[in-house]
Amino acid sequence: MMIDHPLLGLRDAQEFTYLGDASLIDRPDWQAENAQEAFHDYLYLRDNPAGEHRELWFHETGDRSWLVVTRNTLTHEITKVELARDVARARGRSK
Amino acid sequence: MHKLKPTTALGADKPQIDQFDGLEIAERPDFALASLAARQGAEAQCAELAKAHLGFDLPAAGQGHLADPHSGFWMGADQWMISAPQASHEDLAAALKTAVGDAGSVSEQTDGWCRFDLSGPGLKAVVERLCNADLTSMALGDARRVRLEHLGCFIWCLDPGQAVAILGPRSSAASLHHALVGAALSAL
Repeated sequence: MMIDHPLLGLRDAQEFTYLGDASLIDRPDWQAENAQEAFHDYLYLRDNPAGEHRELWFHETGDRSWLVVTRNTLTHEITKVELARDVARARGRSK
Repeated sequence: MHKLKPTTALGADKPQIDQFDGLEIAERPDFALASLAARQGAEAQCAELAKAHLGFDLPAAGQGHLADPHSGFWMGADQWMISAPQASHEDLAAALKTAVGDAGSVSEQTDGWCRFDLSGPGLKAVVERLCNADLTSMALGDARRVRLEHLGCFIWCLDPGQAVAILGPRSSAASLHHALVGAALSAL
């Protein structure tokens, strides 16, 4: 499997490690009223879709960037690869 | 005053040089290293100040620049490794920090890495046994981070298809050297 790195082009999947659902970027506010419930859901509840899935990959033996990879879990087709940094900033994170 | 004696990454007085039929592996203790990371929001300013100090544009993704005294290569988004001769630039990191100020973060890297230069016509046959790097796609100055002997190393093109520098973690210098020599004995 090849991953089309946004900066470095096609790279072998063995250079990457997988973390999980890209929704991990949306870490709840620990000071919120419902923080306990929100963290329970954040930590334990995951969708397990048969189809398109956005997930976090780490380019461990490359430039050590985090990527958000959109992958079809049925076909393993990768349709989109973004820098997690850009995704997080677009959502108002990492400021 | 302590009587301290500098040693190379392999623990000897002199750098190790290994000759094979078509390849030379030379330990290079004579380079100072410093990493530069542009701070968020100050990327353009960092690039400008670094260029004024180094004499070249900070390289784009996957690329590098070779010159005297300063050379450098891209390590990751907004991160670069800068290199210069140790004898003349022992204070590389301090000088770089003074140049970029608050626009960038600089870390001394000299003692974190060891460097082996591989050169000769047998280079490709040896490197393809060691790591994923595609030498034919690498232009002068290009650098890749690769896994080599389970170590995170940089491979830096010094002469396309003919010579590369391999930078690996200094504490594993002997393991890296063992892997390089093993691959050379196997391939050549």
